[in-house]
Amino acid sequence: MLEYPRWKYILVAAVLLLALVFALPNVFGEDPALQVAAKDHSAVTPAAEQQVESFLTAHGVRFEKGYIDQGRLMVRFASVPDQLAARDAVNGNEDFKNTYITAVSFAPRTPEVLRALGLKPMPLGLDLRGGLYLLYQVDVNSAVSQALEGYATDARRALTTANIHFKDVTVGAGGQADTIRIQLEPGADVTAARSALNQPLQGLGLTASSDSAGPVIEAAMTTAQVREREDYAIQQNITTLRNRVNELGVSEPIVQRQGVDRINVQLPGVQNSAEVKNILGRVATLEFRLEDTQHSALEAVQTGRVPLGSKLYTHTRIGRPILLKREVIATGDQLTSATSGQSQEGPAVNVRLDARAGENMLRTTKANLNRPMAVVLIEKRPETVEVDGKKVTHEVTDEDVINDATIRGVFSNNFQITGLQAGEARELALLLRAGSLATPLYPIEERAVGPSLGRDNIDKGVTALVVGMAAVFLFMALYYQVFGVVADLVLLANVVLLAALLSMVHQVLSLPGIAGILLTVGMAVDANVLIYERIREEIRKGVSPQAAIRAGFEKAFSAIADSNITTLIAGVVLWVLGTGPIRGFAAVLTFGIATSMFTSLMGSRALLTLMYGGRRKLARLAIG
Amino acid sequence: MEFFSHQTNYPFMATRKVWYTLSALLMIVSLGSFFLRGVNLAIDFTGGVSAEASFPQAANVDRVRASLTAAGFRDPSVQNFGSSRDIAIRLPPDPKQTGATIRAQLETALRGIDPGAQVLQLDVVGPQVGNELKVSAIEALGFTLFGIFLYIAFRFHTWRLSLGAILAVLHDPILVLGFFAITQMSFDLAVVAAILAVIGYSLNDTVVVFDRIRERFEGNRRSPPDVVLDQSINQTLSRTIMTKVVTSIVVVALLFLGGPVLKGFSAALLIGIIAGTYSSIYISSAIALDCGLTAEHVFPTVKKAALDHLP
Repeated sequence: MLEYPRWKYILVAAVLLLALVFALPNVFGEDPALQVAAKDHSAVTPAAEQQVESFLTAHGVRFEKGYIDQGRLMVRFASVPDQLAARDAVNGNEDFKNTYITAVSFAPRTPEVLRALGLKPMPLGLDLRGGLYLLYQVDVNSAVSQALEGYATDARRALTTANIHFKDVTVGAGGQADTIRIQLEPGADVTAARSALNQPLQGLGLTASSDSAGPVIEAAMTTAQVREREDYAIQQNITTLRNRVNELGVSEPIVQRQGVDRINVQLPGVQNSAEVKNILGRVATLEFRLEDTQHSALEAVQTGRVPLGSKLYTHTRIGRPILLKREVIATGDQLTSATSGQSQEGPAVNVRLDARAGENMLRTTKANLNRPMAVVLIEKRPETVEVDGKKVTHEVTDEDVINDATIRGVFSNNFQITGLQAGEARELALLLRAGSLATPLYPIEERAVGPSLGRDNIDKGVTALVVGMAAVFLFMALYYQVFGVVADLVLLANVVLLAALLSMVHQVLSLPGIAGILLTVGMAVDANVLIYERIREEIRKGVSPQAAIRAGFEKAFSAIADSNITTLIAGVVLWVLGTGPIRGFAAVLTFGIATSMFTSLMGSRALLTLMYGGRRKLARLAIG
Repeated sequence: MEFFSHQTNYPFMATRKVWYTLSALLMIVSLGSFFLRGVNLAIDFTGGVSAEASFPQAANVDRVRASLTAAGFRDPSVQNFGSSRDIAIRLPPDPKQTGATIRAQLETALRGIDPGAQVLQLDVVGPQVGNELKVSAIEALGFTLFGIFLYIAFRFHTWRLSLGAILAVLHDPILVLGFFAITQMSFDLAVVAAILAVIGYSLNDTVVVFDRIRERFEGNRRSPPDVVLDQSINQTLSRTIMTKVVTSIVVVALLFLGGPVLKGFSAALLIGIIAGTYSSIYISSAIALDCGLTAEHVFPTVKKAALDHLP
C-alpha cells in the first residue's frame, strides 16, 4: 500500500486552489480604457465617477465599466473608437478639462469580484506594451552644497549679530565639498565666534585653526547628515517628477528610485521623448538674492575684482552685468508655486514660498525696501569635451539672472513679480516652477519601444511559451506514458502557481520573464525525471510497483534538493544585482524553483498516490 | 519509450583522456577567440545608441548607412534584423545628443529613403551606465561562482569532488564566451543572465552525478573508484539526457519563436546546456578520479555510523 498523509493532500489542494484564484486575473485580457485623474492629485470620488459616467451616457458614448483604482477613475470601453470618443467628449467639456487630466490606456478586464479582492494581473513591462524608459542621475553633491550654503548664510548672520569680524564664509573650500570654512579677521575672538556659531551650525562638527590670514573655523557635515540630505534630494526629485509625469497624462507611470542616486521613470505608451524630456528634464534651480548696490558691477567687470560677499554675473538675460550678494534669501526648493497672471501693471507672476523662506523674505524686504532683488536660474547640463583624445563628460553650470525687480513693499511668502511682457510672465513662471526641482538631474539612459514592437514581442513570447510547453507535454507523455501525463499536470500546476506568485507580488512581466517561465517549465521537468528514472530503476531491480514509487520519491529527494539549490544561487544573485527585465527573469527563475519543488515533490506524489496507492493488485506501472 | 533500453555501461573513465583533449581543444579555441576577437558587446555595456526601424519594403542596408553618414552620424552600423524590411542601427555614444534629437535626425534620414520608414525602438545608454552594467555583470558572475564554490565545498566533503565540479562549471561559460566571440553575436545583458543560468544548470547535472557517486560508494566501499564513477554516470545518464533534451526543447522554441530580442539569450542557453551536459558527464567525475578520489574521501570510516541514517 502506498499512503500519503491527509494533511498533505489538503495542503496541496488548498495551495492549488489559492493559486488558481490569484492567477485568474491574468486570463481576461485588456480593454481600451480612459484614465481620469484629478489635476490637483486628489482622489476621484464616487460622486465624481457618477458625474463622468452620466456625462458619457448623455453624450451617447458607450462604455463597459467605470471604477476607481488608486484614486483614479478608469473607464473601460469595448472598442478604441468608443475610447477616443469618450476622451474627446471629456476633454471638450470646460469643467472637466480644468479639473481632470485624461489618458488613454488599457485596463484589465478583471471581473468585479476579483478586483474587489484586490487581485490584479501581472503588469506588462515596457518591452511588451511599448513606452519610454528614462534613467536619471541626480546630482546629490549639489544637494549637499545647497544645504551648506544655507548653513553659511546663518553663520554669516550669527557672526554679524555677535559683532565678530570675519573675512569670508565659503562652502566647499579647498576641495572639501562637505565643509564650510569661516575665515575670521586677525585677532578675532575665536571662542566668542564658536559660541556664536554653535546655534546656527548645530549638528555640524566645528574645528578651529588658523592660517596666515587669521583664525579659521571649519564646520563639516557628518556622513549621516550628508546621506540624509542626499536622500531628501532624491525624494524631492521623485515627488517633483511624479507631479510632472502626472501633467503628461500618462497612465500607470512608474517613478522610482534606483540605487543610490538615480531615478527611473517608465512611461507606458509614450513614444516621443522630446516632449517628455522638456517637461521632466528641465534641470534647474533658483536663488532669490539681493543686488549689491554699494559696488558697481561695471567697475567689477573692468577691474576683475569682485567685492567679498558678492558675485558678479556678466552675461545675463536682463542685459547688463550685475553684482549679487551671496546670501540666498530663498531657493527653488522653497518655492511652492509660481503662476502667471494679471496685475494692474500688466502680466505678472504670482510666487508663493514656504514658511521658512517667507520669514527670510519678510526680514529681507523690511530691511531692504526699494532696493533691487534678483532671481538667478541655475541650470546644469552635462558636456563632453575631448581631453588627450579621450572623451570626458563633466557638468557645466549655467547661471543666469532671469529677473531683477525693486522691492516695492514688505512681503513674506506670497508676492508678485511685475513689469513683464505677456510671454515673459508665462516663461518666467515656467522657469520658476522648473527651478523648484531642488537638485539637478540629467538623463543617462533612455529606451523607447514602439507599441507595435511591444505587441510583436508579447506575441512572440506567448507563441514560444505555448509551443515550447506543448512540445514538452507531448514529449513527456510519449516518454513516460501515464506518468508523463501526471508530470504534465504537475507542470501545468507549476505554471499556475508561478503566475499566482508573480501576480501576488506585482512582478512586472517582461520578455525575459516569459522566457524564464518557459525555462522553468523545462527545468521543473527535471525533478519529475529524477523521480521517474528512480522508479524505473527500482522496477528493474524487481521491487513492487508501489514500493518503487515510494523509493523513487525518497531516493530522488537529495538530488532534487541539491540540484535546485545551485540554480537558486544563480537566481538570487541575478535578482540582487540585476535591473529591469533581467531582474524580472531572476524573479521568475527564483520563484520557479520554489514552485517546481513544491509541485514535483508534493503535488505529483499526492496525485500518484491517489492513482496507485489504493490498488491491491498492481502488476505494472505505465511509466514507459 | 526509453533512450537506453538497457542499463548502459559506457567506459567514461577509461576513455577520459579523449574527453579531456576535446575539452582542452574547445577551451583553447574559445579563450583564443575571446582574447583575439573579443565579444561584440551590446550598447548595454558600451553605451551608445541602438535603434530598430522598419521599412514598408525591403530595406537597402547600404543606402541606409550612406544616408545616416550624410545626416552626420559617425560610424553607423546598419544590419538587417529579423526580416529584410527591418534594420538595426547602432551608433557610438554621443553624450551631446539626447534620445529626442537622435530620433528626429534618424527619422528624417530614414524617411528620405522611404517616407513609410518607422523607428520602432530607440535605446540610448550613457557611457557611465554602460560601464556600471559591465562592472555589475562581472560582479554577478563573480558572486555566483563564489556562492557555488562555497556550496560545493560545504556539500561534498572532499576537495576532489569540489575541484571536479568547479572545473566543469568554469568550462561551460568559457565555451559560451567562445561561441559569442566566434559568431560575434551581440552580447547583451540578457546573455549574462543566460550564462548565470547556465552555471546553475550545469552544476545541477554534476551534483546529480555526485549524489549518485556518494550513494554508490556507501553501498560498495570496496569497489574500485573508476568502476563506481562509471556506474554512477551510467545510472544517471538517462536522467541527464532526458532533462537536457526537454530543456533544450524549450530553449529551441525560444530561439526560433521568441524573436530577435531573445536570440542571444537563447543561443547562450543552448550552447551552455550542451556544454554543461558534456562537462558533467565526461569531465567533472574524471577530474575527481584523477585527484585520487576513493570511498574513504566521501565516507571516512570513523563517520560511517553517523552517515548511515542519511537517505
